[in-house]
Amino acid sequence: MRPDLQHLFRMEKLPHIWCPGCGHGIITRAIAEAINESGIDLDKTVIVSGIGCSSRAPGYMNFDTLHTLHGRALAFATGVKLANPELNVFVITGDGDATAIGGNHFIHAARRNIDLTVILFNNNIYGMTGGQYSPLTPTGKMAATSPYGNPENNFDVAALAIAAGASFVARGTAFHDKLLVNSIKEGIKNKGFSLIEALSMCPTSYGRRNKMGSAADMIKHLKDNAVNVVTAQKLPPEKLEGKFLIGTLHYKPYREFTEEYDKLIARVQKEGK
Amino acid sequence: MKKRKARLVQGNRACAEGALAAGVRFFAGYPITPSTEIAEIMSEELPKLGGKFIQMEDEIGGMTCILGAALTGKKVLTASSGPGISLKQEAIGYAALAEIPCVIVNVQRLGPSTGGPTSTAQGDIMQARWGTHGDHPIIALCPSSVYECFTLTVTAVNYAEKYRTPVYVLLDEIIGHMREKVEFPDISELEIIDRKRPDCPPVDYLPYKIDKTLIPAMADFGTGYKWHVTGLMHDETGFPTGKPEIIDAQLKRLMNKIEKYEDEILLWEDIETDDAEILIVAYGSTARSAVEAVENLRTEGIKVGLFRPITIWPFPEKALRSKLENVKHIIVPEMNYGQLSLEVERVCKDKAPVSGLYKVNSLPLSPNEVMAKVREVL
Ligand SMILES: Cc1ncc(C[n+]2csc(CCOP(=O)(O)OP(=O)(O)O)c2C)c(N)n1
Ligand code: SF4
Repeated sequence: MRPDLQHLFRMEKLPHIWCPGCGHGIITRAIAEAINESGIDLDKTVIVSGIGCSSRAPGYMNFDTLHTLHGRALAFATGVKLANPELNVFVITGDGDATAIGGNHFIHAARRNIDLTVILFNNNIYGMTGGQYSPLTPTGKMAATSPYGNPENNFDVAALAIAAGASFVARGTAFHDKLLVNSIKEGIKNKGFSLIEALSMCPTSYGRRNKMGSAADMIKHLKDNAVNVVTAQKLPPEKLEGKFLIGTLHYKPYREFTEEYDKLIARVQKEGK
Repeated sequence: MKKRKARLVQGNRACAEGALAAGVRFFAGYPITPSTEIAEIMSEELPKLGGKFIQMEDEIGGMTCILGAALTGKKVLTASSGPGISLKQEAIGYAALAEIPCVIVNVQRLGPSTGGPTSTAQGDIMQARWGTHGDHPIIALCPSSVYECFTLTVTAVNYAEKYRTPVYVLLDEIIGHMREKVEFPDISELEIIDRKRPDCPPVDYLPYKIDKTLIPAMADFGTGYKWHVTGLMHDETGFPTGKPEIIDAQLKRLMNKIEKYEDEILLWEDIETDDAEILIVAYGSTARSAVEAVENLRTEGIKVGLFRPITIWPFPEKALRSKLENVKHIIVPEMNYGQLSLEVERVCKDKAPVSGLYKVNSLPLSPNEVMAKVREVL
């Protein structure tokens, strides 16, 4: 652990519970680094999560932390933020947590453009329960509940967030460390709903079943198939086949819910007098 | 004593006004008949007081959103009915285990399922007690008048804060929608309780401390305490544990913290019980019919009385047993197929037989029906 980040962790709670080679630790560290660099008030920062391997991250982080129910992190976080807009509220969630059981809260939190910084640890699988498919498991992939290959279509969660009204959407990976930190920092700066899709890897429950090799092979897969959005603009479509974009995918500042509610209160109180 | 002017007020409005008087400043919910008026009134009144209202995407969102808000130090409320209350159950269990103060108004409607949205029922008595999985304490208050909708919602908020627990206010459609002429007490006359907050430095803070009060202090998020809240079994520090002896100690504290304070929690009313040979045990709107039945039967010289539990959970069993001296028969009228009757039977069966009078067809139980039942057992 880098000494300059140690105060952001509950050092006594480490080592963490994640499997060797799990991408979640790298992303957790990136969040800490982004918080550190952004200079926000640590006493006024709350980290909320759902249920899943990813959602165990806040337990290691030295803030007010709220480990909630499967799928409900965004609804709890909406309560925290609306009740006290002074707080910087982060949400750590998994692909299943955010887009399956929590899908409804996800689209509505984005629609409200409520000022939350959401880091979605996307390992394309339900890690914690042993590798069942999630809405972000690509079609055809093997999972504990798709032993013949996933017959369902998967979401593009970034596109979903943009369509639903998120004002900032970025994608990073456990390999592209610096870019991920920067994306989270941008998300913190954005006054509105910010989604950072962080591609993670789950060698235990996803990689093994899909013959993706070791954790190192999986991280290489992230490296080899990521294309920066800026670079992508200059590339012909055939070069982007089978690749995914990383970087800032969408940024459109827009009226934010808790600010609007405070304006509403001011208006009602003025008119009432 | 300062009193507001008498007004014609609906039960649901009385709940909303009681909540505001008790200091509730955050409401999240989802519209559902017959509870919707509470959300509508809160959406109008909260901003005037600088409070927040949010209509969530579903009732699970409503319940979990108020828990987030409660952790920032706000007093919080949600309201729902039937299907919506079923959806909230997982989060109510979370509130019980993580010990987050919150109040849930359930305006009971006919069930199961979509049932009868505008029909009255008392079918959620056992759901209030056991609706979420796992053993947990719960407090449920049951008003019988518009006035009580106000005062008991104040009590519910106070209990939630004092005992760090979810508290139900259980109305039925009749109580929620009826209008009565009332004068609510002025806020200055109410006892308002705020949760205990830590006075120790953050390093010493134990959010689930086991001490003799059994109710740990609760820090507001954003005040530097940096504590951890989880629905996993946890130790005094709030962090997950798998140690059986710690789980045991924490769960025992959780169960005992309500039992320990039962003397100050339990509420009931009794009418004409001193010499009663027949005792009616009734609550909510059914108790109103029972009162009328008792009055009418007394004019005929029939020795009948009423015991009305106001806290349905925990159940005022000692108080009920103290009324049984001359009682030869107990009647429990309910708009369900016998839910509180089970509890009454458990408490009283060695003293007197218990007969239920059950009606579940969308219509209220009338005084005449109660009187007929009394005559039947005479
Ligand atoms: C209501 C409910 N349903 C199911 C579960 C079981 N469950 C726990 S974690 C999980 C999936 C987690 O997957 P994901 O959100 O992708 O996170 P990961 O573990 O992969 O990081 C499931 C189904 C639960 N805890 N609660
Ligand atoms: S199961 Fe997968 S997601 Fe969970 S800790 Fe192990 S590698 Fe990480």
